Amino acid sequence: MLKEPTSETAPIVKKRVSDPLPVQVVLIGVMLLFFIGFIFLPLGLVFAQAFQKGWLFYLESITESYALEAIKLTLTTVAIVVPLNAFFGVTAAWAITKFNFAGKAALKTLLDLPFAVSPVIAGLIFVLLVGSRTPFGSWLGEHGIKIIFSTPGIVIATLFVTFPFVVRELIPLMEAQGRDEEEAALTLGARGWQIVGKITLPNISLGLLYGMILCGARSIGEFGAVSVVSGHIRGQTNTVPLHVEILYSEYNFAASFAVASILVFLALLTVTLKVAMEKQFQKNSFHH
Amino acid sequence: MGIELQNITKKFTGYTALDNISLNVASGELVALLGPSGCGKTTLLRIIAGLELPDSGKIILENKDTTNLPPREKNVGFVFQHYALFRRLTVFENVAFGLKVLPRKERPSRTEICDRVEHLLKMVQMEWALKRYPSQLSGGQRQRIALARALAVNPKVLLLDEPFSALDAKVRQELRRWLRKLHDEIHVTSIFVTHDQEEALELADRIVVINKGRIEQQGTPQEVYDHPKNAFVYNFLGNVNVFHGRIKNGKVSLGTHHVDAPDDLKHTEEKPSQAFVRPHEIGISKIRSNETDLTGTIREVRLMGGQIGLNLACEGFDHPIDAEIPRELYINLELAKGDTVFVSLNRVKVFTGDYVI
Amino acid sequence: MELFQTKRRNILPGFGLSMGYTLFYLSAIVIVPLSMIFLNTLPMGWEPFIHAVTAPRVLASYRLSFSTAFFAALFDAVAGLLTAWVLVRYRFPGKQFLDALVDLPFALPTAVAGICFATLYSPVGWLGETLTKWNITIINSATGIVIALVFIGFPFVVRTIQPVLEEVEQEIEEAAHCLGATRWQTFRRILLPHLFPALLTGSTLAFARGIGEYGSVIFIAGNLPMKTEIAPLMIMSKLDQFDYAGASAVALVLLLISFSMLLALNAIQEWQQKEYR
Repeated sequence: MLKEPTSETAPIVKKRVSDPLPVQVVLIGVMLLFFIGFIFLPLGLVFAQAFQKGWLFYLESITESYALEAIKLTLTTVAIVVPLNAFFGVTAAWAITKFNFAGKAALKTLLDLPFAVSPVIAGLIFVLLVGSRTPFGSWLGEHGIKIIFSTPGIVIATLFVTFPFVVRELIPLMEAQGRDEEEAALTLGARGWQIVGKITLPNISLGLLYGMILCGARSIGEFGAVSVVSGHIRGQTNTVPLHVEILYSEYNFAASFAVASILVFLALLTVTLKVAMEKQFQKNSFHH
Repeated sequence: MGIELQNITKKFTGYTALDNISLNVASGELVALLGPSGCGKTTLLRIIAGLELPDSGKIILENKDTTNLPPREKNVGFVFQHYALFRRLTVFENVAFGLKVLPRKERPSRTEICDRVEHLLKMVQMEWALKRYPSQLSGGQRQRIALARALAVNPKVLLLDEPFSALDAKVRQELRRWLRKLHDEIHVTSIFVTHDQEEALELADRIVVINKGRIEQQGTPQEVYDHPKNAFVYNFLGNVNVFHGRIKNGKVSLGTHHVDAPDDLKHTEEKPSQAFVRPHEIGISKIRSNETDLTGTIREVRLMGGQIGLNLACEGFDHPIDAEIPRELYINLELAKGDTVFVSLNRVKVFTGDYVI
Repeated sequence: MELFQTKRRNILPGFGLSMGYTLFYLSAIVIVPLSMIFLNTLPMGWEPFIHAVTAPRVLASYRLSFSTAFFAALFDAVAGLLTAWVLVRYRFPGKQFLDALVDLPFALPTAVAGICFATLYSPVGWLGETLTKWNITIINSATGIVIALVFIGFPFVVRTIQPVLEEVEQEIEEAAHCLGATRWQTFRRILLPHLFPALLTGSTLAFARGIGEYGSVIFIAGNLPMKTEIAPLMIMSKLDQFDYAGASAVALVLLLISFSMLLALNAIQEWQQKEYR
């Protein structure tokens, strides 16, 4: 989470009361063991397995037509979900942080909901809502609109799972920034959109970007919810994670891990971006 | 442009911030709203600006009822306590902001905007900061930019919300003087909010003392200081010594001593009273000059720059009395802790109101 | 707009629009879909509902999900506390790198984690091979599930404890040291209680996440009914059979538990704020 430091805090270099050296060595050692067992080994495994049949096979696996279709579907989903949730995030954060009203706490809790819902349930609710066996769903089907077992279903389920990311990033940020600048702009004669566009958005740009990256990463990787709504039809309704699953279930391990390695690259990229942005944010804020 | 406030009332959950406030500000005046924290003065200022809406009452700017108008249409400049500069915009863009958001028809050309911004920055002595960002400026500098920004759109009224309270003492003093000079140059009707009575006394043409949502007194600094209407005003505008006693038969008891009651209270029935004396209106001498003089012993001596503060234990009084004398007098009289001196209380002010310290 | 303005205490524009859109979006994406769970279970009637959620296979899946999530959260509590401690307090080369990697389980798609651990611990896997020699089978067992959940829940604990640990005032520890406390005593008596709410919050988050986890678990679990079938999979299989009511019923129970944990978390956080003001 990006934090907005108060205006009084400057970077203080803290010297800590430290533990005796042997204790440090042991603790660091244990932590390293944990990291090796739970992070490095799995990471290494992905690449080892992906390349076990050689470079050529690797490239073939990720450029094979079903894989490409899966990548296309995943990218399409992200391209729809992230802007939609970003827009929602800014709007909701604006409503919550720039105004006083009753029920704010309840609304904020509502925003945390997807974190408490299992991905499978996230998929289930949309099947129950617009699945072909439901009244609403069959009505849509008569009009040629298919949601479940098709791209719209995947998009909607992903929307549900990922919508908190942007708004949860923006709310603390905007609360820390307060309303003064917007009020100042108001007294200077700016209208609503001018205030949002010229003042608020630039102020939250980093937080917004950060939230969008988190949202995007999660959208790419979502599995459980998409699994329920997608129908697993190769070349049509498989996202990249689902494609990985299919390959794995066919014992085509090398191909499965090859495709998975794309996701691992993206995950590592996300993590790096996160760190870079947090650093940038710290740098920006310490001037205030 | 004259401002008229009629019967402004504002309530928040649980308490009344403003209770039926009516106030007139003449065109070109520099008025201070003075009062303790929570007295409602900032709320009043924000209501005038249009940043809050009153529950009832009217705000009339230049004969136009602007009570329910959005800030945009009130043509009021507002300077915030914490500057509220747009952190992502340069100084130039900050000051130019009000001009740039004008509707197409009214918007000046780019060169006109440039000229105006440079003119304003020169006025606040910050033309060198054109391309800087707020984060690169000190507090005093930021506040001057904030002022320039507010003035850019030629507001009819300038409102300042505790503009200097976030600054160091020295910067505060400098900016105080500077603001007064600026006001004398441009003569915009200005209202500023402060809890610092020194600031109000030094800056304002007229002071409005507010307490708990009500106006206690308004007048020139001289009037309010020398002729406070009640105990609250008296106490708020400077240091005091308080003497609780009773008024009876035209005489006020101060400890075991009595002084004549002021004319307007000479014939009142017996009731509790409070008498106030300011520390610097207490005479200290080594010889008795008057029958009514008290004897006192110096308990503590405090160095306060050009003045010396004496904490005196006086006969007949339960509590010590604080006096302030010029440094030269202290040296000339060769006073020291433990000395006995004669104390005369000049200009005692007596109130019988409800306000109790 | 005028209506809202006269009642609003804040004069910034756009309340009606932004609030309206927010509520619309939330209704369409969250509230209405979630309510389908209730709408599909209510017509069931009390008896069939109880029957559905207490069927042996369902109960077994609940037991499995909860117990594995619990142990994983416990393990994460210890590992997370240790990691947060090392990352905040020690300085060594590569620390920033490891700190960044803590977020990997967040960012990695669950399916990838799933196939990773399944392969790692399979009888021919890097770790599985050695373990099989010692007659330990991870795959197709509850232990495998716990391992996967440990991976998933790890960042929750670390990231919740880190800020709290970073803000501990050094003076407190120095004062304890001056009063003669050993490092361990300082840790146990002063720091641990201070960290406890954050530890609890992080572990609860990991636990809640673990109950509903699907992708990272199904590969390693083997999904044997009554043995290694997790609750979410239970829901899946009911869906496959078009038993919407049954799926909803099982889901409802999970939801209620998750929501009450969310509420408990909020309560913990409020308690934490009161205690340490």
